[in-house]
Amino acid sequence: MIRLAGLVSITLITACSATTEVSDVPELAAEDIVSASVFLNSETRALQEDTFANPGYLWVDRGEALFSQPPAAGPACITCHEKGLRGVAATYPAYDENIGQVLNLEGRINQCRVTQQSEPAWTFESDELLSITAYVANQSLGEPISVDVNGPARAVYEVGRDYFQTRRGQFNLSCQQCHTENWGKRLRGDTLSQGHGNGFPAYRLEWESLGSLHRRLRDCDTGVRAEPLPYGDPLYVALELYLAERSKGISIETPGIRR
Amino acid sequence: MTSIRLAVPETAIAGEIIEVKALIRHPMESGHRRGSRGEVIERDIITRFECLYLGEQVFAADFHPGIAANPLLTFYVRASRSGDLEFTWTDQHGAIWSEASSLTVS
Repeated sequence: MIRLAGLVSITLITACSATTEVSDVPELAAEDIVSASVFLNSETRALQEDTFANPGYLWVDRGEALFSQPPAAGPACITCHEKGLRGVAATYPAYDENIGQVLNLEGRINQCRVTQQSEPAWTFESDELLSITAYVANQSLGEPISVDVNGPARAVYEVGRDYFQTRRGQFNLSCQQCHTENWGKRLRGDTLSQGHGNGFPAYRLEWESLGSLHRRLRDCDTGVRAEPLPYGDPLYVALELYLAERSKGISIETPGIRR
Repeated sequence: MTSIRLAVPETAIAGEIIEVKALIRHPMESGHRRGSRGEVIERDIITRFECLYLGEQVFAADFHPGIAANPLLTFYVRASRSGDLEFTWTDQHGAIWSEASSLTVS
């Protein structure tokens, strides 16, 4: 019996090593994956779920208006996307075949704006781009995140994973150390989340405003005393893709409320 | 550019007490904060909110620097006759934002 068990385990090990990459870096167990809203107190969570009082909807409203407002030259967004964009945000960042790059939702919106509407791209973190991104993401409210990291997006995904796992800054900390290995524990007055981007663009109480995931990432980098990357940097887009794959299965909460 | 959200029921029974909610986008900068270079960020707040029902004031509030950004107000009004509820916010410089909502009373 013991010999048989030994044989089975050897077979299992061979089977595992043949299919998965050998890595000593811990990952989130699928059954442990939870949205950051789980760590909010009940009042803040109730505010997020209140579709009237959640202040993020002030931006969603503006985004809705922009969506149907035609720019000077081209058609309005709604002319092409008359049925709305339900479920789309849950698949972003995604590889764009036309330009051969991985784009996040902001990048895709700007891409459309330049090519279809013949308008200059909105600057990252501008009120317009935040509003319309929040509106498009909000249409996928409750949709589970499901990004494609195979094919041409694979290399970008791996760059994002490396960024996540690399120690940086004067504190010499990686994203991984807080958000995979120590989530749920306290860091000063706050609970460490798992670092999912499913509520973004989110209304952070600290900002008293809506902000993009890149703004949040910049805060994280600043927090470990590393040099934050510029808004829209390809490295942050890669990180966003890695984060989205890591959040597989949890649903979009935009506009989320975060501390 | 500001956004206003109002939650007022469309219909009510005469004598019913209805819940009214009003949210406006505003930074409500207190004037007590400093920027990254140490300079004082100037105060910029809404100072007055009023709600008129059938032209008569039913609720008003004075705002001070301690009110958070994007203020949300919830209050109650007794429905009497059909008509408009008018909401007005005035900031410290005298700028006014208004929005109205109509209520049908049966």
